Amino acid sequence: MNISILSGKGGTGKTTISTNLSIFLSENHKNVSYFDFDVEEPNGFIFLKPGIETEKKVFKKVPKIDKELCTNCGECSKLCKFNAISITPNNSTVFEKLCHDCGLCYIACPVQAISEILREIGKIESGKSKDIPNLNAFRGVLNIGEPSGVPVISALKKFLDVNSINILDAPPGSSCSVINTVEDSDYSILVTEPTKFGLHDLKIAVEVLRYLNIPFGVLINKSDEFDFIIENYCENEKIDILGKIPFSRNIANKYSKGDILINSDVEFTKHLRDIASELEKRLIL
Amino acid sequence: MKQIVIISGKGGTGKTTISSSFSELMNKRNIADCDVEAPNLHLMFENEIINTKEYIGSQTAIIDTEKCIKCEKCLECRFDAITPEIKVNPLKCEGCGLCEYVCPADAVKMVDNITGHVYSCKIKDGYLSYAKLNIGAEGAGKVVTEVRKNSLENQGFENLLIDGSPGIGCVVIASLTGCDYAVVVTEPTTSGLDDLSRVLELTQFFDIQSYIIINKYDINEEKTSEIIDYCKKSGFEILGKVPFDNTVNKAIQNECPIVNYDCPAGNEIKRIWDDFYDKLK
Repeated sequence: MNISILSGKGGTGKTTISTNLSIFLSENHKNVSYFDFDVEEPNGFIFLKPGIETEKKVFKKVPKIDKELCTNCGECSKLCKFNAISITPNNSTVFEKLCHDCGLCYIACPVQAISEILREIGKIESGKSKDIPNLNAFRGVLNIGEPSGVPVISALKKFLDVNSINILDAPPGSSCSVINTVEDSDYSILVTEPTKFGLHDLKIAVEVLRYLNIPFGVLINKSDEFDFIIENYCENEKIDILGKIPFSRNIANKYSKGDILINSDVEFTKHLRDIASELEKRLIL
Repeated sequence: MKQIVIISGKGGTGKTTISSSFSELMNKRNIADCDVEAPNLHLMFENEIINTKEYIGSQTAIIDTEKCIKCEKCLECRFDAITPEIKVNPLKCEGCGLCEYVCPADAVKMVDNITGHVYSCKIKDGYLSYAKLNIGAEGAGKVVTEVRKNSLENQGFENLLIDGSPGIGCVVIASLTGCDYAVVVTEPTTSGLDDLSRVLELTQFFDIQSYIIINKYDINEEKTSEIIDYCKKSGFEILGKVPFDNTVNKAIQNECPIVNYDCPAGNEIKRIWDDFYDKLK
């Protein structure tokens, strides 16, 4: 069972909800796993503090041109849609970071001068925290300077266990990284905040989930007197509101220290429990 | 035209609060909202769209089922964009053209994708450019480059203020490259410090002079000192510390930059801008 948590944009509290919900569920279910798919800025482990037990490097294939064999015919560079290869009469250059690893140049080279080499672009880490023995934690980390996190996301997805309740902490936004993370979700929780910015980004995220045909509910975080901004929209669009977590300086302070909130902040715990039971009503966990 | 980018490592740190305030304080304003996945800056200014450009950022394969001979050669697609029924999943297709190349029956065509729109708006005393990307769009980085190009066409401005995007991937790289200054907004949290160090590695990589603003500094003063120590050690100048202030939320609801309020956060941002503006000269 895959439950993804997304938000349209950063800073709404995705990681707070994902990590605390993972811990909460792990108290009642045998097999729960947390996955941090925000590979550009993975923060979940700061809160869950698992010991890293395994580390797996993620590689991407890039072309290598054998200059002895290459006739500088330029076929590969002409076909490459990503401008990743430049061929001049006397030289050939591969721009590794522009390469999407589609494989077309290897196939197209008339003299088989192109081979594939592996380039490390990130890693997958996993482990368990001493304090939360029932929870497995995984994350993808993209190397600095790498343009695309999608290969790390795909590598991380291979660790999803069909027999487990997997909580997928998605990246912000609505682009390819988000789509790659949330597709195949059984349910999505859309975290939003009651501001006009929140509503604006919520609408984009709703469009994504409807397009992917994933059932979802909305969670209003940092709830205050402006909740009606979100509530009115959800009512008109017939979107379920799973619950609310009120704005609290105590929560912000605990978050800032990297502390977990569940079972330590009474208010938060109560609200998260309610949200979890709403979730359980909708899914068979 | 000097290019100043405001970034944050990740969302929610107050990037738009800072960039809308800086915009408000500039005499003549030329602004690019490069947070193309969640563009919010236009919500803060009265604006009138004066030009809309379609943006074609990629291609998608289309299979002609009449011509298809079901040889399955196109299943070599490395992005799993072609289903076993020989149908294209447009969300997965990266437009590489491999399927078109290997198809012996000439059944595959690559067609241009409108991946988003780039808007030019007139605002008071200047211009704002921003983009909206289609869902799951490939090439978000390229749209950012388009938005910046759009803004650079505006003549007679001293500075271009760029509201950057979160993260460290292609969109941020596209927001950063070629900028003269980066202002990094961070918050005093454990994750904030982690994100800050990652994004500063990136600005250093591109050799962009970077300054730091600590937002909501009083939420955790211990972490604030940690950030200050980190910046001292790594040689980054801190422009200022903005206190947590409930007026900020009110300002967002009223779609009005915080510097228009007489409040602790607004006043500190004004001071930061004056100080920073002197550095730009």
